[in-house]
Amino acid sequence: MSTAGLVSRRDCSHQLHVLAVDDSVVDRKFVERLLKISSCKVTAVESGIRALQFLGLDGEKKETAGFDGLKVNLIMTDYSMPGMNGFELLKKIKESSTLKEIPVVIMSSENILTRVDRCLEEGAEEFIVKPVKLSDVKRLKNILTKGDKGQNEEDPLLSLPLSSHDLASSSTSSSSPFKFLDHRSKRPRLQG
Amino acid sequence: MVWLWLQGYLDEQFIQLEDLQDDANPNFVEEVVTLFYGDSARLLHSIEQALESNPLDFNGLEAYMHQFKGSCSSIGARKVKSECTQFREYCNARNAEGCIRTFQQVKQEHATLRRKLETYFQALV
Repeated sequence: MSTAGLVSRRDCSHQLHVLAVDDSVVDRKFVERLLKISSCKVTAVESGIRALQFLGLDGEKKETAGFDGLKVNLIMTDYSMPGMNGFELLKKIKESSTLKEIPVVIMSSENILTRVDRCLEEGAEEFIVKPVKLSDVKRLKNILTKGDKGQNEEDPLLSLPLSSHDLASSSTSSSSPFKFLDHRSKRPRLQG
Repeated sequence: MVWLWLQGYLDEQFIQLEDLQDDANPNFVEEVVTLFYGDSARLLHSIEQALESNPLDFNGLEAYMHQFKGSCSSIGARKVKSECTQFREYCNARNAEGCIRTFQQVKQEHATLRRKLETYFQALV
């Protein structure tokens, strides 16, 4: 069948690429492992500045055009970081025309409701209280890949790498796959 | 068996770390713990130095301890974490003596856990 080649390309392209941002070397290693064990490609950086550089938005040059191999499907960032904190990074991403569709998840060891609200209002998809659990990563991954399945079944020629742009256009009413969650799920779970 | 012995010192986060270890990554827990001790030595040193200044910079101390506590949380260091919480309470109350006293407890628990974990990893070999 002529679609056989396309199917295998789609399978390879289904690997989500997550950019993890955290100033703690311990947390970076931990989150990286959670993501890899969940079959995600991971790039882990230590600061908001580094994250922006990686995303091609370092202020010196314009956003670089689609380097498909490095496309980021999800950004997970710590909130408390020296220099640019997670909230400031979130703002910069949402202010960028090329990056604003990438879902951003905030991680924090502190469950402060005003902080949670501020992040969600600024466009964060979720606020996860640390330590992050494997179930958090699996949930995020399921949400991100769910939107893509529907689209590919409709059009087998769309074997592009999974990107937030694809997800955004495949959703019916909302621009974010995370809108499938009810509002409660966005609230951090109470840690025992 | 070993877990019972470690139980007071570690919480379920440590079990999560163990669950992330597999044949392809057989030393994951030890690697994380090693990173933790390397990183925390730096933070504890900074706190120690900061505790020598007069007057104390409580905001600075709080910031260091926040980082340290975060790392403790990531490896499941239950007792160390609880001493950190105590320390932060004294910081917030601007209680210098309380901070200095509690910091000794933090260092003690940190060292005790290290010894226990070293024994634990040796037993696994």
